[in-house]
Amino acid sequence: MSDSGSDFGSAFGSDPGQHDAQQGPGLFVSYDTPDFYCELMNRRDPAPDSLTLIRERLAHFGLTELRQRARVAEADLYNLGITFTVYTDRDAIDRILPVDLIPRVLTAAEWDHVERGVQQRVAAINHFLWDIYHERRILKDGIVPAGLVLGNSNYRPEMEGLDVPGGVYVHINGTDLVRDGAGNFLVLEDNARTPSGVSYVIENRHMMLRSMPDLAAGLDLMPVDEYGPRLRRALTETAPGGIRDAEVVLLSPGIYNSAYFEHVFLAREMGVPLVEGRDLMVENGRVFMRTVAGPRPVHSIYRRLNDDFLDPQVFNPDSMLGVPGLVDAYRRGNVTIANAIGTGVADDKAVYAYMPRIIRYYLGEEPILSNVETHICGEPEGLAYTLANLDRLVVKPVGESGGYGLIIGPHATQAELETFRASLLADPANYISQPVIDLSVCPTLCEAGVEARHVDLRPFAVTGESTWVLPGGLSRVALRKGSLVVNSSQGGGSKDTWVLAS
Amino acid sequence: MNPLMIDIPPGGIAMPNLLSRYAECTIWLARYMERIENLARLIDVTETFVRARSTSTGWLSIVQINADDERFFERHAVASEENVVGFYVIDRENPNSIVSIAHAARENARSLRPLISTEMWMHLNMFTNAISALGPTDIRPSNLSALCARLKQDCQTHHGITEGTFYRDQAWLFYLIGRNLERADQITRLIDIKYHTLLPSVAGVGSEVDIGQWAAVLRSAAAYHAYRRTVPGDMTPAHVAGFLLKNDGFPRSLSTSLRQLHWAVGHLRTDYGLKNGYAAAERIEELRATLAEQTVEDIILRGLHEFLDWVQRELHLVQGEIARAFWPPAMPAAAAHPDPDPGLSQEQSQS
Repeated sequence: MSDSGSDFGSAFGSDPGQHDAQQGPGLFVSYDTPDFYCELMNRRDPAPDSLTLIRERLAHFGLTELRQRARVAEADLYNLGITFTVYTDRDAIDRILPVDLIPRVLTAAEWDHVERGVQQRVAAINHFLWDIYHERRILKDGIVPAGLVLGNSNYRPEMEGLDVPGGVYVHINGTDLVRDGAGNFLVLEDNARTPSGVSYVIENRHMMLRSMPDLAAGLDLMPVDEYGPRLRRALTETAPGGIRDAEVVLLSPGIYNSAYFEHVFLAREMGVPLVEGRDLMVENGRVFMRTVAGPRPVHSIYRRLNDDFLDPQVFNPDSMLGVPGLVDAYRRGNVTIANAIGTGVADDKAVYAYMPRIIRYYLGEEPILSNVETHICGEPEGLAYTLANLDRLVVKPVGESGGYGLIIGPHATQAELETFRASLLADPANYISQPVIDLSVCPTLCEAGVEARHVDLRPFAVTGESTWVLPGGLSRVALRKGSLVVNSSQGGGSKDTWVLAS
Repeated sequence: MNPLMIDIPPGGIAMPNLLSRYAECTIWLARYMERIENLARLIDVTETFVRARSTSTGWLSIVQINADDERFFERHAVASEENVVGFYVIDRENPNSIVSIAHAARENARSLRPLISTEMWMHLNMFTNAISALGPTDIRPSNLSALCARLKQDCQTHHGITEGTFYRDQAWLFYLIGRNLERADQITRLIDIKYHTLLPSVAGVGSEVDIGQWAAVLRSAAAYHAYRRTVPGDMTPAHVAGFLLKNDGFPRSLSTSLRQLHWAVGHLRTDYGLKNGYAAAERIEELRATLAEQTVEDIILRGLHEFLDWVQRELHLVQGEIARAFWPPAMPAAAAHPDPDPGLSQEQSQS
């Protein structure tokens, strides 16, 4: 999952003894009483009966038994090819995303909150994108600095004045959430381009029901099987006007892409052809796919290709992955591209800081899901606060990704802080600051036994005529002790996310 | 009508959008799996020949039949068993080795994953992983027969899973086209290898050794019992070649493969309105007529090897016609091949 790069970007401070821990028997006998919010063992609210039941059932598993099941499950994933592929010069190496057999459980109330929050956020993002590519009211009203948007490398002038069907720019959105020490859900990042990982959500569930049927027995879990049909429906609903029986395709960079399995998975779940750029052609502003019966029209394209590669006539001229003329067909309204071109301006780190204001501006509502508290150094109060608390904050440059150029106050030396202070003062608008977050943990099978590991959550929202959120989402887990990095490339794994229906 | 195929509903199934690339990859997936099976059969029968004649020239014939002389002798000085078997089973540099072909089969299957069943993919994935893990000890003479048996069985498992799970639409017809093209091609190579092996020494024709070798050819094609049951009397070269070329009941004979090939191309037109296949169909019809018009004695008299060679060239042209019809040259060739320069014409470095 190459685009799953949410660096938590913050170390965590601990506040021992803050919560009442519950020491469990059996599997949990050596479970460290976590200092963090533990989703299973150390909640602040009274747990519903079904959660207690899961805890008790788990406690009766033996470690050996769980390890044995984990081995079988991994072999299964490998043989089924539920893998991301790493290509070397000579070989295609299939790797699985490790799955932990202890599920991450969300209560019905928690899910209701997350679902509404995600829907609200997607609505605001779609309003924002329409506005900046049309009237730019939010810039004129001074809510978001114009330079931040118009000077953004992901801003696409090709989108100016273009009306996309239903006003939907972001058909598929992934919202990266974390929970703080009190269990509050906080938005860490929006993924409004081509968020990946949803196939693992669904495959993890299949695997869990195979591997842990006795754990899941009789529980009322919200299903995850509906994603494919929902996505297809959304793409049909947002097809160009007047098209009946829209032909939907999934556009993939091909088998050499590390997320190719997911592309296959989604094409199959939707029941639509998986095409590559060379399978499509544009004639007279219309898109066709090459079939054994000759060219056939295409109306909606779920693309898993970045903007840059979509059309060599408009973007990267060297790209062999795209379709010459696609943007022209798009601008003529003959084809829907999902997500729309130019959505990257909405999930930018700098714009993220303004998201609560964007929600208030377009929807007139308070954000249901909070951002991680963010201070915008381009604003006087934000800068003053950041300077005064430099040793307690995480300060990030907005233009960078992957954790470059940031400073973690509590971990920095006095000299480092002073050097950083100078850079910050030289270009305040380039920085935001956030407090250090105590990320929540889940019990996870590790080498030494069942231990606490940090997790995040990426729910997936599908938007056509309305927004539907897949119950749960991808729970990524940092398998290394103390690590906050959940990326698969850096020792991250995943968990099945169970949403209790009641 | 072939009983294997009557399960396609009359009029076909309305599913108009088989991508050209899928059609191409489907044909190649089928061909490569069939090719692995036949390569295993070739190695198996050669091993039998060599053992019986205590000579090493037998191994050279596989190289010659596959037209791999140049590539082989770049890498090896002599066509010993160790060298030839290594070259055709585990040598990743050789595009015609089983490990390379299996890799190509899986890459085509990877492209086809939206289309093929999970069971097909899972088996192919495990099969390819097992082949990739083969090392020199697995191809020692003492293990060779068992290895060939296992390879054949895995390919047959693939055919069985495909037969039982692959959705019956245009893609299935393309799969059958690939399978039967390859099967037709490979049976001619299997017959030819017997001639190559014996060419240095004409003395043995009709001798007990000779008959034993024809029996081995039959066995390697899984044809021995059927032959015994349906062809009474002495086992002569003409009878055996005639059976493998012209017997309409034997599933791997040339005539059966051509009939099924013709059937599949025809149904693309009748069931799905894909009229472009007419040029390929005409060529197959001519091939079938040429085979039917001659007795096997005629063929042998005019030169069996030359006839087999001609059939291979014609099959190559059929593949070309199908490519022109269903993935026209405007498109870059899409299927994964073990050879580094993919293209329409690199169907086989064997022809």
